[in-house]
Amino acid sequence: MRVSRYRQSLADNPRPFGSPLYAGQSVEMPILSRNGEPAQRRSRPYLHIIVLMLSTLHAVLGRNAARPREKILSILKKLALAAGIATALSSAAMAADMTVGFSQIGSESGWRAAETSVTKQQAESRGINLKFADAQQKQENQIKAIRGFIAQGVDAILVAPVVATGWEDVLSEAKEAKIPVILLDRGIDGPEDLYLTSVASDQVKEGKVAGDWLVGTVKDKDCRVVELQGTVGSTPAINRKKGFEEAIAGHSNISIVRSQTGDFTRSKGKEVMEGFLKAENGGKNICAVYAHNDDMAVGAIQAIKDAGLKPGTDILVVSIDGVPDLFSAMAAGEANATVELTPNMAGPAFDALAAYKKDGTMPPKFIITESKLYTPADDPKGEAERRKSLGY
Amino acid sequence: MNRSMRPLLATVAIFLVAYAAAVFQFPGLLSTRVLGNFLTDNAFLGITAVGMTFVIISGGIDLSVGAVIGFTGVLVAVLISSFGLHPLVAFAIAFVVAALFGAAMGLAIHYLEVPAFIVTLAGMFLARGGASVITQDSVPINNEFYTMISSLYFRLPGGGRLSFVGLLMIAVFVFGAILAHRTRFGSYVYALGGNATSASLMGVPVARTTVQIYMLSSVLACLAGIVFSLYTSAGYPLAAVGVELDAIGAVVIGGTLLTGGYGFVFGTFVGVMLLGLVQTYIIFDGTLSSWWTKIVIGILLFLFIVLQRLVFAASARGDRSSETA
Repeated sequence: MRVSRYRQSLADNPRPFGSPLYAGQSVEMPILSRNGEPAQRRSRPYLHIIVLMLSTLHAVLGRNAARPREKILSILKKLALAAGIATALSSAAMAADMTVGFSQIGSESGWRAAETSVTKQQAESRGINLKFADAQQKQENQIKAIRGFIAQGVDAILVAPVVATGWEDVLSEAKEAKIPVILLDRGIDGPEDLYLTSVASDQVKEGKVAGDWLVGTVKDKDCRVVELQGTVGSTPAINRKKGFEEAIAGHSNISIVRSQTGDFTRSKGKEVMEGFLKAENGGKNICAVYAHNDDMAVGAIQAIKDAGLKPGTDILVVSIDGVPDLFSAMAAGEANATVELTPNMAGPAFDALAAYKKDGTMPPKFIITESKLYTPADDPKGEAERRKSLGY
Repeated sequence: MNRSMRPLLATVAIFLVAYAAAVFQFPGLLSTRVLGNFLTDNAFLGITAVGMTFVIISGGIDLSVGAVIGFTGVLVAVLISSFGLHPLVAFAIAFVVAALFGAAMGLAIHYLEVPAFIVTLAGMFLARGGASVITQDSVPINNEFYTMISSLYFRLPGGGRLSFVGLLMIAVFVFGAILAHRTRFGSYVYALGGNATSASLMGVPVARTTVQIYMLSSVLACLAGIVFSLYTSAGYPLAAVGVELDAIGAVVIGGTLLTGGYGFVFGTFVGVMLLGLVQTYIIFDGTLSSWWTKIVIGILLFLFIVLQRLVFAASARGDRSSETA
């Protein structure tokens, strides 16, 4: 309809459009005169929402809008006042020995949230003034945050990089400003001289610790193990598998009989475990389950219970991460061991930084965090509570 | 003074007041380094927002720009890294693809009479999906020419850097301002947004202008994608998710009317800088949750919509009284 009308109008009016229009000189009165009509707008869904918001606000602000200047002035005044109050309130936070900027990826997982709160605790206990920036999973936000830290002249920058690429420009800016950068938890592709050190866990070792525990627990008995792998092709899945296999190599009584991916999720872990149980004579042939993370282990525990077996006794459960739910399962006797992926990456980072600032001691390029084994002997109930308070 | 300049003046005033308040609290904010960062860090958003300004002035909306940024980044990265093309050749290919993409959306909007919201939403899914089909990973770009432009900058006194991408954004804003306010195409865009029917009655080539507007938006988004890939030296299919909404936010905060027919390219620049200021402030503070950025943007958006309503309600009344007089 509209098309034909345009054509018609063009045929009637072949004269080209005359004098150019500038801002404010729009052909018709804009926006509000038209609210009631079926507007000939293309962004109609927006219009409805806007009209709704406008009418609400209009009602709130009073119907007499005849003096916009006063309105604007009063809004500006309020804004200035708010800014003044904010200034007065927050200028109290000052005076600390060292200021460190921390660019965190986001809070996509419980572990990430725990890492953030542990970092804040560690900074507080050392009297470090921590500037925290959550990047909401976006690299551009992390780069902005790092540039902001440099502009502020912080004493050091901690980064948990969201992706491995694209850090050279901003990190060389930091280097030029003589601000040491420490990578947490993940590495980057780039020259090693761009950062002071990198603090991360050794995923192969995590798998190895889990495997060693199993070797020590079953001793000489035969043990058929089923494995719940992480996301296919992901680095932690590859490394945790490798470490576990290294640990059980040379122990011919222990063998991995089935191995499938559970995608690091609870639901997939349960589903895959159900399959394993059916395939292995209702679970009677399975001696232990090794899951690449705790979430899949929690799913597997559920599946074992559904099959009428007792997880932790009939089938041993060992996994990696150390999340509160697994500790709760351990407290209930349903899980046997977990290898902690420590959320305390900042502690070693701050230690390295303090040494560097004191007398220029260069830390090793890669600091490996401890991969600690937790068993029911380690107060699983207390651990579960303690971890929940960290934001897991 | 022209009544309709008020939203623009309000934006500028709010920016200055906010910046002054922020500098009062953190004197470090007033440095060439921060000012240089404003330009460099917001370059891709600014370039996108220029295109978005045209789209919104014409009464439309373009939700596909963020996805086009992601798609361009991946396309350029793959063309350079996997096919070994020179970056300039890769850029040319990307621009052609983006122009065709924008033209297709413009044609669909005009001839199929589908709302721009829906068409560009489809465009968004297509571009984002296409980027993810090409690759799921972040593809690093290791090319001498690329490294050269991405590390090109002028040193400002005080340690600041005026980067190539920052200058490019300013150039795009100047180009956009001239295009909007000093060319026939610009006046067509305003006319279309003011009232499409009257515009066509007055002889505005509606079909051609609509197609050109969406082509411009997609091509500028493509340029923003190239800037983004320079910024991160990589192409990533999930890059710039939600940038379309930030761009719309910047345009509206800059004083452009969401229903079209009114707006300034310069206002958009101030809008982008205001968003950058909020983010930088939160980083300088270091204790606020970064989600406060979104809250402040929400408040600002709301404020501007109200402001526009007040100003235009007043001017509409003024027009009526002059008619009766």
